[in-house]
Amino acid sequence: MSFEASNWSPGALLPREDGTQRALLFVIAVLAFLACLAAIGAIASERAAEGWKDQLIGSATVLVRASGLESADAAAARAAETLAGVKGVAEARALDKAKGDALVARFIGPDPLPADLPIPRLVAVEFNSRQPATTADLRRALEADGIDATVEDHSIWTAQIMRTGALARSAAIGLFLLIAAAAGALIAFATRQGLDARRDLVEILHYSGASDDFIARLFQVRFARMAAVAGAAGGAAAALAGAGLHLFGKGQSVAAILPVSWTDLIAALPCPFIAALIAAVTARLTAQAVLKNAP
Amino acid sequence: MTGTVVRFDGVTMAYGREPPILKDISFSLEAGSFHFLTGASGSGKTSILKLIYMSEVAAGGRIELFGHDLATLPRADRAPLRRRMGVIFQEFRLLEHLSAFDNTALAPRIAGRKADSYRNDVAELLVWVGLGSRMEALPSTLSDGEKQRLAIARAVVNRPEILLADEPTGNVDAAIAQRILRLLSELNRVGTTVLVASHDEDLVTHSGNPVLHLNDGGLTRFERGQKRPK
Repeated sequence: MSFEASNWSPGALLPREDGTQRALLFVIAVLAFLACLAAIGAIASERAAEGWKDQLIGSATVLVRASGLESADAAAARAAETLAGVKGVAEARALDKAKGDALVARFIGPDPLPADLPIPRLVAVEFNSRQPATTADLRRALEADGIDATVEDHSIWTAQIMRTGALARSAAIGLFLLIAAAAGALIAFATRQGLDARRDLVEILHYSGASDDFIARLFQVRFARMAAVAGAAGGAAAALAGAGLHLFGKGQSVAAILPVSWTDLIAALPCPFIAALIAAVTARLTAQAVLKNAP
Repeated sequence: MTGTVVRFDGVTMAYGREPPILKDISFSLEAGSFHFLTGASGSGKTSILKLIYMSEVAAGGRIELFGHDLATLPRADRAPLRRRMGVIFQEFRLLEHLSAFDNTALAPRIAGRKADSYRNDVAELLVWVGLGSRMEALPSTLSDGEKQRLAIARAVVNRPEILLADEPTGNVDAAIAQRILRLLSELNRVGTTVLVASHDEDLVTHSGNPVLHLNDGGLTRFERGQKRPK
């Protein structure tokens, strides 16, 4: 079959990828996988922290002590009745004495407690989710009925959980930046190596009238495409790992800490674009810096 | 194009700490001229070409290309000037992963021209240099003579104002050398300024064109018909 100039389309000015670039593709894919896992983990841990916070904010615990002739059990029952009448409280119930004893047993051991030990009773309060009562409302109602009690609103735990959630988010962002920097450094190294290996080609392009920008763009497109493929592979692998955690992690302790949902897997979607962007910018800047010293 | 295309004024050049290979060289090439650059091996023929296509930098003196002083030329302005010249390298320097057609189409492609505007020119040029049946061939499958003609096609496809050829007949037999000389002469006839570095005395004598002869770092100009020392 003879060659027809009208059917000709320009061939790639850079030769096909070699073994070094295939190895680079694999490493970038692994980095993309880790970055996506970090993103999915950050979203899941953030949701876990939010869930725990909502649970804690939606409830309070009241410690009721015996006073005067009234026993602790009787005081707890009265406190539950009082608190149930406070606006914004959905439910208030006195817990069994056994539950209070179990809490104390953690600190003083499992042996039976002396009968005359003044163990306070616990009243669990659930707030209305729409218009919850405040701990001040509870305290006022208890004081008005002359009940000796302490209201614990879990604010200490809420703050700690929120701090932990923020820490997880910061760690994920830090990890992402670290991975992005590592990917950028790899691309910069590969671009330098590519320019060095193709020095003859670069010279011919220069002597044929190509500007530094023209040549830098060739390397930019080459590495951006490669990073997009690697990002897609790494992102897909991370999404699969997340799906596995969602499907098979139920009932495991890991699922409590990282409750991955299907929507979290969307975090892997922009991975090819971000990888391509990092590669494009790095390859372009590196190539321009190297070519500045070429003839 | 009229006027002076290349002007060397007291140019000196050395590689590293070596003694200067070119000492106080002065000459000029007028538009539409055809010159041979002769001299023994290592006399500096290739160095003069490299100075013109900005692969090397002079240690002293002044070089003007199309009226631009190369010592003060901003880097960004090199590419537009190089697009006005064609270079035939001694060792061909073809792009081995590209076909003969792609190699020839390199310059218009770099210049940003649309493929439709030059594909027929490239095909015609390859026929003109005798490679009409080898357009799809990779350089590695071509003979030295074919490679040389492909290198010429690549250098002239954009109709350069000046053509620099470094030993264009160095790898071919006498018959092909004459054919290549005819190609260069035809280009010169349509207005291209030609500078050919060659140690092929027969070719230089046969062409009858003016000669710039390098000897011991200096340059002597011999006009058409003027007798040169052996």
